[in-house]
Amino acid sequence: MIKRNSSIWPYLLVAPALIVVLTVVFVPVINAILMSFQSYDLRRPSRIGFNNFKNYVEVLKDPLFWGALWKTIVWVVAGVGLQFVFGFMLALLLNKKFPGRGIVRSISLIPWVTPGVLIGLMWRWIFDGNYGVLNDLLLKLGLIQESVPFLAQPSTAFPAVILTIVWQGIPFFAIMLLAGLQAIPDELYNAADVDGANSVQKFFLITVPSLKSVIYVTTLLRVIWVANSVDVIFNLTEGGPAYATQTLSVYIFNKGNSLNLGYAATLSIMLTLVLATVAVRYLKTMFQNQEGKA
Amino acid sequence: MKKRGPERLKSALSYLLLAALIIFLLFPFYWTFVTSIKTSAELYSQNVTYWPKAPTFESYRRLFSEYNFLKPMGNSLLVAVLTTLISVTVSVLAAYSFSRYRFKGRKFLMSMFLTNNMFPTVLLLIPLYAIMRKIGILYTPASLVLSYTTFTIPFSIWLLSGFLDDLPLSLEEAAMVDGANRAQAFLKIILPILMPGIVATGAYIFMNSWNEYTFAVMFTNEANRTIPVALKNLIGQLGVEWGMLTAGGIITIIPVCIMFFFAQKRLISGLTAGAVKG
Repeated sequence: MIKRNSSIWPYLLVAPALIVVLTVVFVPVINAILMSFQSYDLRRPSRIGFNNFKNYVEVLKDPLFWGALWKTIVWVVAGVGLQFVFGFMLALLLNKKFPGRGIVRSISLIPWVTPGVLIGLMWRWIFDGNYGVLNDLLLKLGLIQESVPFLAQPSTAFPAVILTIVWQGIPFFAIMLLAGLQAIPDELYNAADVDGANSVQKFFLITVPSLKSVIYVTTLLRVIWVANSVDVIFNLTEGGPAYATQTLSVYIFNKGNSLNLGYAATLSIMLTLVLATVAVRYLKTMFQNQEGKA
Repeated sequence: MKKRGPERLKSALSYLLLAALIIFLLFPFYWTFVTSIKTSAELYSQNVTYWPKAPTFESYRRLFSEYNFLKPMGNSLLVAVLTTLISVTVSVLAAYSFSRYRFKGRKFLMSMFLTNNMFPTVLLLIPLYAIMRKIGILYTPASLVLSYTTFTIPFSIWLLSGFLDDLPLSLEEAAMVDGANRAQAFLKIILPILMPGIVATGAYIFMNSWNEYTFAVMFTNEANRTIPVALKNLIGQLGVEWGMLTAGGIITIIPVCIMFFFAQKRLISGLTAGAVKG
């Protein structure tokens, strides 16, 4: 019954979704592109107008932009990398049968559905320099001699926000990889047992290759989400201290808040270009997989 | 067959590791809750306690009497419910089209919905602010409903197409042979079977709308502020009143948890189906 003739129905059914997405995404995107070529500072409304590539030249000369770009790379690579490692670990552990597995599996997902503001609030309280529980634990274990104001000093603030995003992302990877693990047929492992493979060999020769497409899709999806995320950092440190935690998304958000919209638009175009390179590969994989299935 | 020594050690170690990971994931919630039921004397003493000596719900009482926390909860509820209804309706139609028809431009349209997630929120935020102001819906719930709908539609289409692909075509064919038209077949046969999937998708949309902060802070004012914004403002006003702040946090997450447990099984299978099957 899958119809191949050109009926008008499929288009009519997609139309409402398409209209909403077009008006709220593509129109603003075009606006943003136009804005990026303008001096558009709401604090200086008389000067609003096109200034060609002046914003782009300024961005490229802006040390805060390069700093934020570098921080975005570290944030994404360290953040997503650690989420992946610990998420994979959790998935492997949850793949074993034990009583209460279902409950453990669902409660371990809660960080993923927690609002960013609340994540910021909870971790700010944990990292607190005076009454924070992390300081208390580290002091009791004798790992530090006096309290550390984790979020107030540049050297510890960035690792602290990365730890927070890792915490948030572990469940996503765990659940996706667990589903992948459960789809691997037992026969593969049984055959490997007959051949006398040890568990490390089985892991690298069966588990990892079987999960290739899941790993690829989830990692790229997560890279985009983490690169775009504003609320966790903003609610922990607002990008400070001394710009130590200011990723590109947070920098843009701060610029937007200070009403320099033209410059913020230019910065966001740069971020989009970086992400588009990543996303194009993501889409290609998606469709290659789909064709493989059909 | 009894487990050998090293085997047993290995499984003990893996349970230990599992326990450590779960504690890491859940401890912040425990800590937030414990903080919210401590007295302020205990909260700010030099000795950090891991269970309150005299549990009290004073912080919750103060939160609701001194700050109007019910109003933002109502606002969030309104926005989340409207977003869910609109997104689900629109996405079910589109997902049905993608799943049951093969038509020119299908792939193009599908990638268009997917690229949606690629644009940084902050890129859309600034022009949208200007657009909302121009059409006169800035500082109304409608501005949030419209923005959230856009972000939830692509993902919902993805989820729902997955559920629909799993339903055999023979179901509809049988109905249509019996003289039902396509719309009747959809309403009478497909929709009831798809219901659990729709509920899961709806829960996902609801949670996203309930949690969103970046748009909400720009597009709302005092009167229609949603809960994440109210919570963030509370941080600004109360500064170090951690008892009340954590109480606010616990209240914020309760509806999300209810939604989540309600829908988690289907949601997980829907989420993972897309990634595992490609």
